[in-house]
Amino acid sequence: MYKYDSYDQAMVDARVEEFRDQARRRLEGKLTEDQFKPLRLMNGLYLQLHAYMLRVAIPYGTLDSRQMHALADIAEKYDRGYGHFTTRQNIQYNWIRLEEAADILADLAKVEMHAIQTSGNCIRNISSDHFAGAAADEVADPRPYAELLRQWSSFHPEFSYLPRKFKIAVIASDTDRAAMRLHDIGIQIVQNEAGELGAAFYVGGGMGRTPMIAPCINSFVPLDQLVTYSEACLRVYNRYGRRDNKYKARIKILVHELGAEEYTRQVEEEFAHLLDQGVEPPLAELERIKAYFEDPLFEAGTPETIDRSDPDFALWVDRNTVPHKEAGYVAAVISLKPVGGIPGDATAEQMRLMADLAKDYSFDELRVMHTQNVVLPHVRKADLHALWTALDEAGLGSPNLDTIEDIIACPGLDYCSLANARSIPIAQKISERFAETGKTATLGQLKLKISGCINACGHHHAGHIGILGVDRKGVENYQLLLGGSEAEDVSLAKITGPGFDENGIVDAVETVTSVYERERQDGERFLDTYRRIGMNPFKEALYG
Amino acid sequence: MAETLRYRDDEPVDHPAVTVDSFLDQSNASAVRIEPGDDARALLPHLERLALVEVNFPAFGDGRGYSSARILREAGYDGELRAVGDVLVDQLAYMRRCGFDAFEPDQQLDMDDVDAAFARWPEVYQTAADARTPIWAKRHA
Repeated sequence: MYKYDSYDQAMVDARVEEFRDQARRRLEGKLTEDQFKPLRLMNGLYLQLHAYMLRVAIPYGTLDSRQMHALADIAEKYDRGYGHFTTRQNIQYNWIRLEEAADILADLAKVEMHAIQTSGNCIRNISSDHFAGAAADEVADPRPYAELLRQWSSFHPEFSYLPRKFKIAVIASDTDRAAMRLHDIGIQIVQNEAGELGAAFYVGGGMGRTPMIAPCINSFVPLDQLVTYSEACLRVYNRYGRRDNKYKARIKILVHELGAEEYTRQVEEEFAHLLDQGVEPPLAELERIKAYFEDPLFEAGTPETIDRSDPDFALWVDRNTVPHKEAGYVAAVISLKPVGGIPGDATAEQMRLMADLAKDYSFDELRVMHTQNVVLPHVRKADLHALWTALDEAGLGSPNLDTIEDIIACPGLDYCSLANARSIPIAQKISERFAETGKTATLGQLKLKISGCINACGHHHAGHIGILGVDRKGVENYQLLLGGSEAEDVSLAKITGPGFDENGIVDAVETVTSVYERERQDGERFLDTYRRIGMNPFKEALYG
Repeated sequence: MAETLRYRDDEPVDHPAVTVDSFLDQSNASAVRIEPGDDARALLPHLERLALVEVNFPAFGDGRGYSSARILREAGYDGELRAVGDVLVDQLAYMRRCGFDAFEPDQQLDMDDVDAAFARWPEVYQTAADARTPIWAKRHA
């Protein structure tokens, strides 16, 4: 994985000192809160309901055991002993003091980490496929491209006061594991007929209160124009994105209002101009970065067979491991979704265990998934039983990847000042209900996503089943949505009808799963059945 | 009125800047003020008669002026480029990178903080409108 050189380290160190100085000037009263706010946001520091929250970047979701240990240490030293992994492959700490924030950034910088641009109206942490480098279906490892763009977008002098936040995802396979088309820019590294790699640009996707699927505006940008093309996309947005209304300021609105064709025309014009401006790093820089992402030394001839005599272990293997490009290996998913738990939370102890297991069994590498789980990307099948045993003892062995228990949930009204309703208790009740009834096993793949307000941090638009918490005359109310997907078969979920109260929404989820069980045909997922039979049968069961 | 910071050796223009519309209507003005919604490219046919371009920042969070500045420098404009309005210490370094060489803030800035802001970044990751060499170029020199 990528390692900082002296330049990268100097930049992160300078950022720590800049923030320390800004925090000092704020505490001395030289900066107003309005002036300080965008500065602290660009260092990941939010003011929540009860305290400051710090969001730490995990670029493209990749980290090593030393870094995971540092995250655990921060949780203990500065917070309440736990952290929360997010849908953008970051980690958040919920109980931070402003006076200590610069010290945390300094601790992070010691292990080549930071909180740069994890919030604010700037280019955010770049996300990617959590199985990058392990998946058999990728044309290349997408992470070097994400790292190239991370450096380009860090401290970008022109694009740090954009109309609104800006999120980029990079993938390199037809299977989309990063919700690529629901980003401001989604990049898919593709191979053309001549065998050359290039980048397909999808621009103007997003969730929030106006969800949109990004259209493809250029199906093949050559790799030696990747930065220049990105710069053109951003410049058109910075100049013409709406600034009169915060809720219409994302690039999806610009692309929608101009039309994809006109936006593309403007980008191409800007791109033609920028090609002469020398903004593109040489391909040698991409090659330098790629060298950090070479395969680890996989062991040839490691056994393909797994002893499945322990049924609990066999179930975990079936549910939580995915095929690997290398014979004898799998990628193993550590579920942060224990039944009745808080989705994405991990204690410092659990972080340390995951770090140690990564060192022992996965070439010292971990990944954070946008579904708020953790991956050990390169595990020998022969090591799976030992790995599972250690995870299970620590409460990390839940066999529920991609099941209805594998819920994405935003922090909701338990933490967030934007929320209208709580998300976490709904997730807890649903996972408890389905674990109790045993229906988790029979429902197969079912992606359930919960947001506590229309900003959609819990990706409810993209859930096979989505839940949106709203405030109805001072009472929490939950709307039910069906038919969304963040994958390559991307679609936006539709609302079923009137909402439900806290207990009613759990019953409603059970009701729609019963319709699926009744109607499903061979091999259909919930989403497939919904797409075939439409909304009506579900509505009848819910409201009929 | 706060002091104007100038990082140029030539004499400042001694007459006030006019709006973009006025500038395009009259042939003798040599100073113009760009508002956030103005298209800086409208000035490109007239760069040879411009000695001062003011870019107004009514609110520091509106970043359109950064693009205006770079567009002018990319087109070869080498006169004074002055950021005016809600110009704060923590935006100075990026403004400088986008080609601004003068600053006329609404509120007086602390000169120690200004010097610290310009000295902050040991390196830069991108090409912009200043002369700094990006990190990628140093890596492959």
